[in-house]
Amino acid sequence: MPDLTGRQVTRQTEGVDLGWSDDEQAFREECRTWLAEHVPSPALPSGDTRDGFAAHLEWERALHDARWAVVSWPEAYGGRDASLWEWLIFEEEYYRAGAPQRVTQNGIFLLAPSIFEFGTRAQQDHYLPRMSAAVDLWCQGWSEPNAGSDLAAVSSRAVRDDAGGGWRLTGQKTWTTRGAFCTHVFGLFRTDPEAERHRGLTYFLLPLDADGVTVRGFGRLDGDEGFAEVFCDDVFVPDTPVDGSGDAAAVMERGGILGEVHQGWGVAMATTTSERGLTLRSPGRFQATAHRLLELARERDAEGRLAQALADRVVDAWVDAEAYSLFTLGDVTGIVEGRSPGARSSFNKIFWSELDVRLHEAALDLLGPDAELDGPWMKGYEFALSGPIYAGTNEIQRNIVAERVLGLPRR
Amino acid sequence: MRFELTPDQIDLRDAVRVLLGDLCTPDAVRGAWDGDGRVRAAWDALVEMGVLGALVAESAGGLGMTDEDVVPLLVECGRVALPDPVAASGYAAAAALTEILDDPDAGGLAAEWSGRIASGAVLLPVVDASAPVAGSTTADGFLWCGDADAVVLATPEEVDLEPLQSVDGARQPARVTRRGGRVVATGELARRVTSAAGERLALGAAAELVGLGEQMLDLTVAYVGERQQFGVPVGSFQAVKHQLADAALAVAFAAPLVSLAAHSLAHGDPDRARNVSMAKLRASTAARHAASASLQCHGAIGYTVEYDLHLFMKRAWALSHEHGDPDAHRALLRTSLGLSGVAS
Repeated sequence: MPDLTGRQVTRQTEGVDLGWSDDEQAFREECRTWLAEHVPSPALPSGDTRDGFAAHLEWERALHDARWAVVSWPEAYGGRDASLWEWLIFEEEYYRAGAPQRVTQNGIFLLAPSIFEFGTRAQQDHYLPRMSAAVDLWCQGWSEPNAGSDLAAVSSRAVRDDAGGGWRLTGQKTWTTRGAFCTHVFGLFRTDPEAERHRGLTYFLLPLDADGVTVRGFGRLDGDEGFAEVFCDDVFVPDTPVDGSGDAAAVMERGGILGEVHQGWGVAMATTTSERGLTLRSPGRFQATAHRLLELARERDAEGRLAQALADRVVDAWVDAEAYSLFTLGDVTGIVEGRSPGARSSFNKIFWSELDVRLHEAALDLLGPDAELDGPWMKGYEFALSGPIYAGTNEIQRNIVAERVLGLPRR
Repeated sequence: MRFELTPDQIDLRDAVRVLLGDLCTPDAVRGAWDGDGRVRAAWDALVEMGVLGALVAESAGGLGMTDEDVVPLLVECGRVALPDPVAASGYAAAAALTEILDDPDAGGLAAEWSGRIASGAVLLPVVDASAPVAGSTTADGFLWCGDADAVVLATPEEVDLEPLQSVDGARQPARVTRRGGRVVATGELARRVTSAAGERLALGAAAELVGLGEQMLDLTVAYVGERQQFGVPVGSFQAVKHQLADAALAVAFAAPLVSLAAHSLAHGDPDRARNVSMAKLRASTAARHAASASLQCHGAIGYTVEYDLHLFMKRAWALSHEHGDPDAHRALLRTSLGLSGVAS
């Protein structure tokens, strides 16, 4: 079966091989068939609004019931033990089918990798199945009013409560995506007031209905109530029970610590690496957008209204979507064969986020005077504009590329 | 699915990188400017290693390798700005001749020339007769693909050369006009030979451009890490960092397109022409980007001929225009993607 781009490929046993095995082809077929039967039509309202979020939860639960929510996870946690390649196939088919945004993505793609790496067995058994089933809905509590790109400037604090057997959290998190609709938040709090910067931080998990938590949603650029401020005022989070203790689940429902106390930076970095790299933005997403852009350009062309300069921008964006896909295939090959992409993931984040903006800009220019009207391209454009900002602005990413990939001096 | 060279391909590429690093130094390239546009020591070593015959069929005295083996070596030729026609002769001409090997009339001549290429003779394909052909003055023959329905093998005595001055003094191009020669292909075979040569000339240039882009970035990163102004290395300034990060990004995302094109040529995939155009488009824009950023980040020293940067930059300028500049390949891609783009 041709993949998304209709690329015709030849299989071989070593070296470059752009073909898929029979099992992978069957997996693609199964994805495609299920999605064709289940993707909602018309499209759901934005998942970053209250009503839209509820509709998206139904979709998430349908995905989970058919074991498509977290294909790469172990079966015990709701997954299919899918390989990285199968995950890529799933993502390609998912975006090709125009399936809904994943309102659970901050948990699945950002928190879960850290739970897999740093969580105790009890934490994994407790949190991961509830996450994949969209019972616990996680939002991210990194940014604070004075700690954005400079994440190590976090000032929200957690004070030891020996009598209660836990910690008391105070501070403000902000720009928390879908915070107004989620049930839980993960974030960094300063546990050692003497330590500076990235030392003395701890990675906390807590429910948003805990006493002392206040959530205030506010409008994003696109008008949706997709952002929230999360205020913590002396919120109690219990110590994480050791594996095997009887009431562990009940305690973990009230929150806990991921990894060691004061070691939260390392735990968070595992998350941000996956956020900047593969997991948040699989190539299928941009190839699907490039494909829709090309279709729009062909329509304009058929009407004799496609200027060459604009056609060239469509070509450039389409080529870049291909380049992103290939670059990712190279990264995945390396990961599968045990080589870490390391700082190269900063390459990915800059490239996909700016490509996404170019794809949407070209589409809006194709729409001409209709560009301003409510529609998927303007909505997508507004969303795309967040890409170069979140997960570490692209200015920070360029510093990382310059310093860690090219080796330029820090100061 | 796998998108990486084989261990053997990597070993061969690394061996060629070491060899060319030793033998095609910037001083050697300067020597080619002053001489006949060749770095013989490097060329002879590549012949010895089998690189010039890598793509030549084993029956014709070569190694019978594929585009995927050879294209990474052309990246290495670009990295050191080797002026010798490895891509034109050992890659494009060798592959074009392979199309003719089984032809009852011209097969013998094709086999003979294939063997000569493997031994270091230079056969230059001429696909666009209106364009300057680099290295013409030292060519042993021309594979003339400039006529509509025939491919002609011409000796140096059967062409007229009008030597030209290039911005890159090592290229020593000439305008070539054919007066005689022997027809080696007509009709459908001629079209196959011509397209095989044209696609590989474009991809060979793209591969060299990736190597040049990486080289210019390496040179610049090393320089801005050393050069001090205002009491600190200029490479610590964000204005410099971000320019180089952007150029590195452009080159990093051009390289996989070159690999894809090599793969599709090796396997005769139906998308190969489109993939070659994507590779040449992005390799050209990336190398130009790297050249501009490198010159700017070097400051005045980059604007001298004593310093090495210009050797690589001028090669990048030339190759970015050769065998289809970015706009020419965009036009091919527009057609390939079903866009005419004629409205004004």
